[in-house]
Amino acid sequence: MVSLKTNLCGIELDNPLIPASGTFGFGYEFAEIYDINMLGSFSFKGTTKDAGFGNPTPRIAECKNGLINSVGLQNPGVHKVLENELPKLKACFHKPVMANVSGFSVEDYVYTVKMLDSEPQIGWFEVNVSCPNVHGGGMSFGTSPEAAAEVTRAVKAVTNKPVIVKLSPNVTDIVAIAKACEEAGADGISLINTLLGMRIDLKSKKPVIANKMGGFSGPAIKPVAVRMVYQVYEAVKIPIVGGGGVESAEDVIEMMLAGASAVQVGAANLVDPMACPKIIEDLPRVMEKYGIKDLKDIIGGAH
Amino acid sequence: MKDIIFTIETNKKIAKNTYEMVLLGDCADIKCGQFVNLKIEGFYLRRPISVCNVEGDRLTLIYKVVGQGTEVMAKMEKGEEILTLTGLGNGYDISKSGDKPLLVGGGAGVPPMYQLCRELVKMGKAPSVILGFNSKDEVFYENEFKALGANVIVATADGSYGVKGFVTDAFQMVDYTYFYTCGPEPMLKAVYNKSVTSGQFSFEERMGCGFGACMGCSCKTKYGNKRICKDGPVLEKEEIIW
Repeated sequence: MVSLKTNLCGIELDNPLIPASGTFGFGYEFAEIYDINMLGSFSFKGTTKDAGFGNPTPRIAECKNGLINSVGLQNPGVHKVLENELPKLKACFHKPVMANVSGFSVEDYVYTVKMLDSEPQIGWFEVNVSCPNVHGGGMSFGTSPEAAAEVTRAVKAVTNKPVIVKLSPNVTDIVAIAKACEEAGADGISLINTLLGMRIDLKSKKPVIANKMGGFSGPAIKPVAVRMVYQVYEAVKIPIVGGGGVESAEDVIEMMLAGASAVQVGAANLVDPMACPKIIEDLPRVMEKYGIKDLKDIIGGAH
Repeated sequence: MKDIIFTIETNKKIAKNTYEMVLLGDCADIKCGQFVNLKIEGFYLRRPISVCNVEGDRLTLIYKVVGQGTEVMAKMEKGEEILTLTGLGNGYDISKSGDKPLLVGGGAGVPPMYQLCRELVKMGKAPSVILGFNSKDEVFYENEFKALGANVIVATADGSYGVKGFVTDAFQMVDYTYFYTCGPEPMLKAVYNKSVTSGQFSFEERMGCGFGACMGCSCKTKYGNKRICKDGPVLEKEEIIW
C-alpha cells in the first residue's frame, strides 16, 4: 500500500491534488460528473470585493500545448459568493476548501478575507497577487517584493487561517518575492500563476484575445513551474503549492520532487473534466513504478 | 455531461467547406439545441460543434472548415474514434413554440435547426424554415428539411439560389407564432430587429472548457452575466442586450 497523504499548513490532505482557481468554478459543475470529495481540496474561483464581469470576449486563445485566457477575475463579488456559491459548494464538497481572493487595493484584499473568514469550510486563503489580466491590481502586487509583503501582512492581520500567497511567474526574481511574503508572515507559497502571452490571428492580422494579451497555461509551461518551485523551495521554509501544466501522475511526482507539498491542476480540468480523478487513480501505480511508498517522503527530493 | 468515445460512421462533404459527420455512441444525454465538444488529436482545446440530429445512438454533426481543427476533422475517416463531451448547454425550450414556429438558420447556424424542426413536427406543429447562405454552392439540407414536412425557404445573399438577400428578406413570406434562430451575429441582430414575436437565439463564442468552469465565454444579459456554454448557448429575446 502506498500513501498519497500530504499536509498543507497543518491541514491533512488525502492526496496532493488541488484543482486550481479559475478552472474549477465553485466545484459544482464537476460534481455533476464525479464525487469531488476524492480531491485533496480545490481552490475556488478568484473572489473580489465587488462583482466584476471581467474582460471583453474573445477571452480564450488556443496554443500548442496550452491556452491563453483573459477572463479578468469575473466573479459575482464576495457577498454573492457567500449567499449563492458557497451553499452550492457545501452541498457537494465536505473537506476544507481553498479560498482564492484577489483585489485592486490592499483594502480590497482585507475586506474580502474578512468577509470569508467566518466560513468554517475555508481551510486556507490563497491570496492571488498574480492575475495578469487586471490592470491596476492583481499582478502589480505580485511583481514587487514590497507590495506582495504589504498584502500578505494586511491579510494575515485579519485571519487566523493559513495564508498562502499565489505568485506570478512574470517577474525577474521570484525568490525575492517569495522570501518577502514569508517574512511578512505567509504560511505558504503557491506558484505559478499564468505566464503573460499573446496570439495573433493571421486572417484578421489582430490579436486573438480582445484584451490583446492574457495568461498562458497548460503543459507547455510546466518546465517553468518546476524550475520556480525548485528555486523557491531552496529559499523558504514554508510549504509550497506547486502548479503549472500538471496533467498526469508523473507531473505530480515531478512537482513534489521540486518541492511542492501539494499540487494544483489547472488547464487540464478544462480539456478533460475527469483529469483529476484519472491522476488520483493513476498515482499508486506510478509511485510503485518509481519505488515511492509515501508521497510525503519525496517533497523536495530533487534537492 | 458525459465524456464518451464516439466512432465515425460517415464523414462527407455536403456543400462548399461544409461537412456532415455521423457518429455512433451513447447519445442518451443529448438534448435539442445543445452542443458537443470534440477532442481532436493534436489540438489542446476541444472543438465545440452544435448538434444537428440525434436518432438512437446516431449523432449527426455538420461543421464548416474554418481553421486547423476543422481541417483535420474533414480528413477523418469511418471507424476513427473521437472523445466527445455530450450534454453541453441549455438547448431550446420547445414548449414556447406556438402552433406555427419559425426556424431561421444562417450558414453554420443551420444544423441545430434540423433536430428542432423534427421535434416540433413530431409535436404536431407546422414549422416554417428560412435557411440563409452566401451563395448556391453553400446550400445544404434544403431537402432534408422538406422531408420533415416543413415549409422551407432558402435565401442566398448573392441571389444565386432561392430568395435574393438575407434571411430577414424572407420574413414577409411567413406567418409565425414564435421563432428560433442560430447563425452569425450580424444575422442574429437582424432577426432580433425584424422579428415581431418572442423567440430564442443560439450564440457562438470562443470557449475554453465548454461546461461552465472557466468563464471564457461570458456575456452580459438583462438578467446578469451568463456563460454561453452553460447558461446558453440559447438565450431568449427578452434577455439579450442589443
